[in-house]
Amino acid sequence: MCLGIPGEVVELYPDRPDLAKVDVSGVRRAINIGLLEGEGIGPGDWVLIHVGFALSKIDEEEAAAALAFLEGIGQAYDDELAALAESRID
Amino acid sequence: MRFVDEFRDAETARALAARIASLCEPGRNYKFMEVCGGHTHTIYKHGLEDYLPEAVALVHGPGCPVCVIPMGRLDDAIAIAEQPDVIMTTFGDMMRVPGGRGSFFDSKANGADIRMVYSPLDSLKIARQNPDKQVVFMAIGFETTAPSTAMTVLRAKADGIENFSIFCNHVTIIPAIKAILDSPDLRLDGFLGPGHVSTVIGCRPYEFIPALHGKPLVCAGFEPLDILASVAMLLEQLGEGRAEVENQYTRVVPWDGNPKALQVINEVMELRPYFEWRGLGFISHSALKVRDSYAAFDAEVRFPVPGVRVADPKACQCGEVLKGVIKPWECKVFGTACTPETPIGTCMVSSEGACAAYYNFGRFTRERVRVAIGP
Repeated sequence: MCLGIPGEVVELYPDRPDLAKVDVSGVRRAINIGLLEGEGIGPGDWVLIHVGFALSKIDEEEAAAALAFLEGIGQAYDDELAALAESRID
Repeated sequence: MRFVDEFRDAETARALAARIASLCEPGRNYKFMEVCGGHTHTIYKHGLEDYLPEAVALVHGPGCPVCVIPMGRLDDAIAIAEQPDVIMTTFGDMMRVPGGRGSFFDSKANGADIRMVYSPLDSLKIARQNPDKQVVFMAIGFETTAPSTAMTVLRAKADGIENFSIFCNHVTIIPAIKAILDSPDLRLDGFLGPGHVSTVIGCRPYEFIPALHGKPLVCAGFEPLDILASVAMLLEQLGEGRAEVENQYTRVVPWDGNPKALQVINEVMELRPYFEWRGLGFISHSALKVRDSYAAFDAEVRFPVPGVRVADPKACQCGEVLKGVIKPWECKVFGTACTPETPIGTCMVSSEGACAAYYNFGRFTRERVRVAIGP
């Protein structure tokens, strides 16, 4: 099945600017980064990999923001529960 | 795994479930459709429906590009594979899809050289390594995979590879969504947008959905928290009387998509005037074919294909499942005559198909096991 998975770029190929070596959970493979030409992909960048091609560069700030938003909901929920537990209306 | 595990946190999922429940208007039912096999898979693998109140139903649309290929088209692919000196290469999930006279797997058992590949680039490598054979790549998928196929054709051209061609069955998502919205069978309240298709096409193409149909779409990621957050965002829009396109998967989906990916698709391929979709019938301008300028890489030009339309088996209700009109367990043959080992239709064969997802993750009835929310 074609799953898009995040991987970290670990190495570039000087003679092949359209390729990069990525690490996905310890597995290292070459993939094609031609669809991201012009974005200056380099070691340390994370990309979304799909059938051997990098489709998108993962925006780490957005990822952190998304997580923070989700965790915020988690915190709001915990706070709400705590408040409910404190309540005595009867 | 980074960018994966954090989006699977169970505590946060429970919190999102509570938020979703609080956003539902009492007495109102909601139906949201997803149009991506990856979403169907995640929802069933992680049991996400258990995190939703009864009022919220997730409906699976035509999001599995394998499932929408009509049987006749697969027969065409098998006809190519069975030509002398042809090596057919394909993604794994096509191997067991039944055509009118068997699957790739059956054909392989009868001696055809059919190989599973992870990437079209693997297929190109096989072509390099086997100059005396004709290597054909079974190109399927929505706009997510089309750029990769196109890049591979461009690489083949640049490297002067003459024994490589593609059998192009790429389909496009917008006409499918339009067909769903124009269908009288369904009343939907909103859509979960296909996250990876959107990395290519961006979010703009969905704007007609709120504009013309007044329904919201949230472009969603593939981890459990992404999907729950997207459902919450849809409910918020409805509660506030808004209908807009929103992007939940901002870490990966740019609003304008990937211009290079769109450019390579356009360079190598063009829209077919019409294409037959299993379950939805003929839809105009909904699939891609290789342009004349790249005809050397078009398997349909290089090889004779029967092009016969094959009717789906009478018992098969894939069409209704693909439109979200019935749930898998409501199909007459689900789990009995039609199982992953003996599939009648594509919804059961493909790992992205709704029926396979339901069957493999144990969903045989409409009972939901409610996740306990609270201490």
